[in-house]
Amino acid sequence: MTDLTTRIGSLTLANPIMPASGTFSAELGEVFDLSCLGALVTKTVTEARRGGNPTPRVCEIEGGMLNSIGIPSKGIDAFLRDQVPLWRDVGAPLVVSISADTAEDFARAAEKMTVPGVAAIEANISCPNIEADGHAFAMLPDTTFEAIARIRAATHLPLWAKLSPNTGVLREVARAAEAAGADALVTTNTALGLAIDVRTRRPKLGNVTGGISGPALKPLALRMTWQAASSVAIPVIGCGGIATRDDVLEFLIAGASAVQVGTATFRSPALMPRLIREIEEWCDAQGVARLADLVGSLAPADPAPHDLVPEPQS
Amino acid sequence: MTPKVHEALVEVVSNDAANADYRLLHLAAPDHILDCKPGQFFQILCPETGAERPFLRRPMSIYGWDRAQGRLSFLYKVSGAGTRALAGLRPGDRIDVLGPLGRGFTLAPDWRRLLVLARGVGLATLAPLAAEAQRRGLALTAICSARTPELALSLDRFRAHGAEVRLVTDSDGTSDPARVRALIEDEIAGPGVDAVFTCGSRRLTSLLQEIAARHGLPGQIAMEQQMACGLGMCQCCVRPFRRDGRIVHDRVCREGPVFPLAEAIPEAAA
Ligand SMILES: Cc1cc2nc3c(=O)[nH]c(=O)nc-3n(C[C@H](O)[C@H](O)[C@H](O)COP(=O)(O)OP(=O)(O)OC[C@H]3O[C@@H](n4cnc5c(N)ncnc54)[C@H](O)[C@@H]3O)c2cc1C
Ligand SMILES: Cc1cc2nc3c(=O)[nH]c(=O)nc-3n(C[C@H](O)[C@H](O)[C@H](O)COP(=O)(O)O)c2cc1C
Ligand code: FES
Repeated sequence: MTDLTTRIGSLTLANPIMPASGTFSAELGEVFDLSCLGALVTKTVTEARRGGNPTPRVCEIEGGMLNSIGIPSKGIDAFLRDQVPLWRDVGAPLVVSISADTAEDFARAAEKMTVPGVAAIEANISCPNIEADGHAFAMLPDTTFEAIARIRAATHLPLWAKLSPNTGVLREVARAAEAAGADALVTTNTALGLAIDVRTRRPKLGNVTGGISGPALKPLALRMTWQAASSVAIPVIGCGGIATRDDVLEFLIAGASAVQVGTATFRSPALMPRLIREIEEWCDAQGVARLADLVGSLAPADPAPHDLVPEPQS
Repeated sequence: MTPKVHEALVEVVSNDAANADYRLLHLAAPDHILDCKPGQFFQILCPETGAERPFLRRPMSIYGWDRAQGRLSFLYKVSGAGTRALAGLRPGDRIDVLGPLGRGFTLAPDWRRLLVLARGVGLATLAPLAAEAQRRGLALTAICSARTPELALSLDRFRAHGAEVRLVTDSDGTSDPARVRALIEDEIAGPGVDAVFTCGSRRLTSLLQEIAARHGLPGQIAMEQQMACGLGMCQCCVRPFRRDGRIVHDRVCREGPVFPLAEAIPEAAA
């Protein structure tokens, strides 16, 4: 029997499979027993109550979807009152995702969320904010550092920083989050996209643009996971387009210590428990004693034989 | 929470054209997915075909179910990628369905006479209500609206369950709001109506809301909105409703798809 446990800083998860923020809620418990999951990750909450974006909020694309749900939130007080007790009996560690418009608001939200029953905080620094002129904190190393450092000072809970694929300086952002005190990185949130209905010439989403998720996002998320894992010493949690056992294995080999499953749950709500079973079977069959042995086990590229032939001298 | 929503791979029994626009899909379904209520729906994973690769599941109202025979059926209008893919299913093929989902119609114990006003694919949603009314010994009048008589669906389904059917069509001008209003008023003044039910059409919703409010009649409406998860997780299917003097946003997949008629905002109805 393979040891499927995985360590994310001071937290030990029973297995590497957990839901991605915004694609999961207690209702999934009507489909399977949620206690089998490695962790539970909630939809992002903001301190104050806020509405979401106009509909349509989703549309499908080739191999995935766009969403512009936004962050409709009932506020942190309602979350602490209604949600935290709800999860107490499930057993798996509760990871709460928070967001805010300023680094200071982020810190206050983290402080409020530091209560018994919450096992870790995932800082969603990958959505637009006021201080950086509408850009996400995770676009740049200095705004990432600022937000994570402020949150770090406000809570003793394990802190995960959720990064964005919309940055061109991923390694620098990853190192900034680590330097500011993050215990783990999550790669990645959605990539900004657009879809147009050619008949009406209107955008398919009420909010014009939306985040790409699902299989279409996977190569990007996998590349980021590999880059992040090879840039920092803290654990990386892979996320983006994971839908099969081999997808999970790819992320683990690329350096992820655990993975989050999002959009795939919409197509197959019972997928996560199935992935846990399939990973266990695969490891047993392959003689992998500990899941940790797989993490970051990427072999060097294997050049095709003709590449090894020396170029003719001219 | 014990699991009660199931993802099941089920076999197609038949999938034939019901008329020029609609097809009727009969599935052989295991008993554990057949604990259904009228107004509930399933999320169907439409097959990938050579031409179509629908990514998201498609919500479809339960058109009928039969626990004794292990049957589940859907009535759908072929319009886009998902329904075109469904149209290609042959007997013996398998498809993945998730459900039953959502909150269906509720019938108060003291209601005796029900009135249904439906048009288009909404007839599929409301047909199972006729079966439930018959089971409970309630009288049901169905005013079915369609472009032409050939397109009026489910009339036989309504009749088979003892409903009184009134067909109104665009082609003979009887579906005009003033004429439909007169029909409803006659029904209320004559045999009497305890509750009204509708779905879909914006015009019919405003009309029925106004009549129901004036006569103090309770009503229910089945709403549609684009969905991703169908379970209440993603928040993409919200619609605005008027409740306690303010506007609230509810998830059609979870708090609905059936809502109190008085709360619906017709501009926002499908
Ligand atoms: C609760 C509920 C019950 C429904 N019951 C039926 C039914 O019994 N029969 C039937 O034919 N249709 C029904 N619909 C609509 C159905 O889900 C399909 O969306 C519609 O048939 C068109 O799908 P498509 O893939 O062919 O079109 P596409 O153009 O490929 O659809 C693109 C996207 O838009 C969504 N969409 C398009 N039209 C609608 C709509 N009216 N409501 C919600 N989403 C829509 C699709 O689900 C898909 O995600 C129902 C919708 C809801 C919400
Ligand atoms: C409908 C929807 C809502 C989402 N909401 C959030 C959110 O509130 N916070 C967040 O950090 N990520 C959110 N995400 C992003 C996912 O957590 C995940 O990072 C992304 O979808 C990529 O993973 P996937 O391809 O497995 O879905 C959302 C994604 C979707 C599809
Ligand atoms: S479809 Fe996801 S919440 Fe309704």
